[in-house]
Amino acid sequence: MTPDLAPDLNCARLTKRFGDTLAVDDVSFDVPPGSFFSILGPSGCGKTTIMRMIAGFLDPSSGDIRIKGRSMAGVPPNKRPVNMVFQHLALFPMMNIADNIGYGLRRQGLGKAEIARKVDAALERIGLPGIGARKVDELSGGQKQRVAIARCMVLEPDVLLLDEPLGALDLKLREHMKVELKALQAAFDTTFVYITHDQSEALVMSDQIAVMNNGVFEQVGSARDLYYRPDTAFVAGFVGDANRWQGRITAVNGEAMQIETDSGLTLRGARHGRSLNVGDRAEVFVRPEAIRIAGTPEDLQHFDNRITGTVTSLLFNGAASRILVRDTAGEEIEVTLPQSGEYAALSRGDAVHIGWSGDQGNCFPAGAA
Amino acid sequence: MRAEAKLGFILLLTPLLLWLTLLIFIPHVDMFLVSLRERVGVGKHDTSLANYRTFLTEPLYLWTFLRTAVMSVVATAITLIIAFPVSYYIAKIAKGRLQSALFLLCLIPFYVSELVRTFGWMILLRETGLVSNLLLWAGLADQPVEMLYNDAAIMVGLVYTSMLFMVVPLVTTLESLDDSVIEAGYDLGGTGFSVLREIVIPHAAPGIVSGCIVVFMLSLGNYLTPTMLGGKDSLWFTELIYSQFIVRFNWELGAAFGFMLLFLSSLIVWGMLKITGQTLEKTMG
Repeated sequence: MTPDLAPDLNCARLTKRFGDTLAVDDVSFDVPPGSFFSILGPSGCGKTTIMRMIAGFLDPSSGDIRIKGRSMAGVPPNKRPVNMVFQHLALFPMMNIADNIGYGLRRQGLGKAEIARKVDAALERIGLPGIGARKVDELSGGQKQRVAIARCMVLEPDVLLLDEPLGALDLKLREHMKVELKALQAAFDTTFVYITHDQSEALVMSDQIAVMNNGVFEQVGSARDLYYRPDTAFVAGFVGDANRWQGRITAVNGEAMQIETDSGLTLRGARHGRSLNVGDRAEVFVRPEAIRIAGTPEDLQHFDNRITGTVTSLLFNGAASRILVRDTAGEEIEVTLPQSGEYAALSRGDAVHIGWSGDQGNCFPAGAA
Repeated sequence: MRAEAKLGFILLLTPLLLWLTLLIFIPHVDMFLVSLRERVGVGKHDTSLANYRTFLTEPLYLWTFLRTAVMSVVATAITLIIAFPVSYYIAKIAKGRLQSALFLLCLIPFYVSELVRTFGWMILLRETGLVSNLLLWAGLADQPVEMLYNDAAIMVGLVYTSMLFMVVPLVTTLESLDDSVIEAGYDLGGTGFSVLREIVIPHAAPGIVSGCIVVFMLSLGNYLTPTMLGGKDSLWFTELIYSQFIVRFNWELGAAFGFMLLFLSSLIVWGMLKITGQTLEKTMG
């Protein structure tokens, strides 16, 4: 990723309208060579439309797509140096595995021997040597996944597009395939553009993630940026879980600020460079894992937000177990339970003290999301 | 409980078995026995293959037989060529209401009986018909043109009559082809032709074969259309069977002809399945 290299994929002011609806609204982004770029967003946000425009199945209403510096305007899908792994993989059921992988090579007019050699090498690469003669429906979900990637990768595309390919897999396999996809991307050293609505897929695999909503990119950044420093209220609410309060700002002191919530709590938060003034309506987001639990208020002296409440529910989920704490205003706050064992005996109705530092409370102007 | 289930099964099976035995099996066995009889005197019969020998030694019978087979194959091929793009459009390109409307348009002519539909063609094609008058009016012909009573007219009638039976299985199989599979074909560098040849046609093969079998059988066994549009000299094999049974009252020879037709259609269907590598279960399932 040297800065003098041209981006593999460049979208400039990409817009797509379907009748009156604006599916993609003036989106621009660059994907550097060899990186794993994800577009994360809820269904209907326009991410599939972007992908289909890059693949060539849809024409942009305006804007341009450049791949390795070459404009793709008017280039049909079969002439573009991009390939796509479809949501349901779209393997050809009428062909065996070797013919599936060799399909694109046959289209390029390569000789039989060379196709056979490349197909074997690709099968070796995905860790499934010798399955060439098998039928598509004889493979497991994970194997089909890998064949679908190999079918594209034998063509050595400049950019590989992946349209939620893990959606159809069960949870265990999905976790496994996340790691595997990342490894395959490193092995093939190709630019991957991945679209998904599943934030953990995007967070685990990507070098860069674009969070998309209503046809626009809300924020583009690394997984860490999105998680710890969301730019917008939508990103804060969409990536990871968060407790959220709405209220009015009562004091601003540099980056730190104080907010009086509608339910009557006084909380401290940080504006992280956003323009918020005393009297503005605002929304504050606090992640459940940023909140500490303690038996006595003294343990929380160093936090500027401290609340006493009672446990109303225990949400056991292994490592991600949480409790719901009802505060004095009657609202429930989600708090991640530390796995060190000291709170294993916690039960409903127990009084607890919770606290967090004001820096962890991300404030946004209200009404933005 | 088991005994009850068994009784239920037998009761459900009975109508089917009755239908098969009474209307298919017994008549065919009887017909076969009739075809093996040779009339040697008034009310006196011998068992022999004389009727089949007559069929094989009379050139007109053999010629009609082959002509019917070839014409039916050609009619099937033409029907397929016309129906495939139509079905592809209905199944893959048309969406929503247009799709149902187009499908209904294919179906509507079949609300009318075959007889009336064939009369429709006669009104169009006869010497004083619509097409002839149109040609005269446009100055493309200087006298009325007779377009009935030839092989082309028979072909038009056969293709028209069979169209629906090709469109229905084709639309069904083409609809089951996932759009993203076609897109993947293009995405990986395929052209329209190669996607059609390597993806669409192999996928639609069971539908193509089952449509072809039905259309071929319907054409081969059609009596009305060749007689009306082809006239007296249309030389269709079903006409020979009809004339042996009804006109000449020679049931023995008629039965032999019937069995030859059954043999011919089975042979060609078998050959069609062999060539395309399909099985009857796959195409009819």
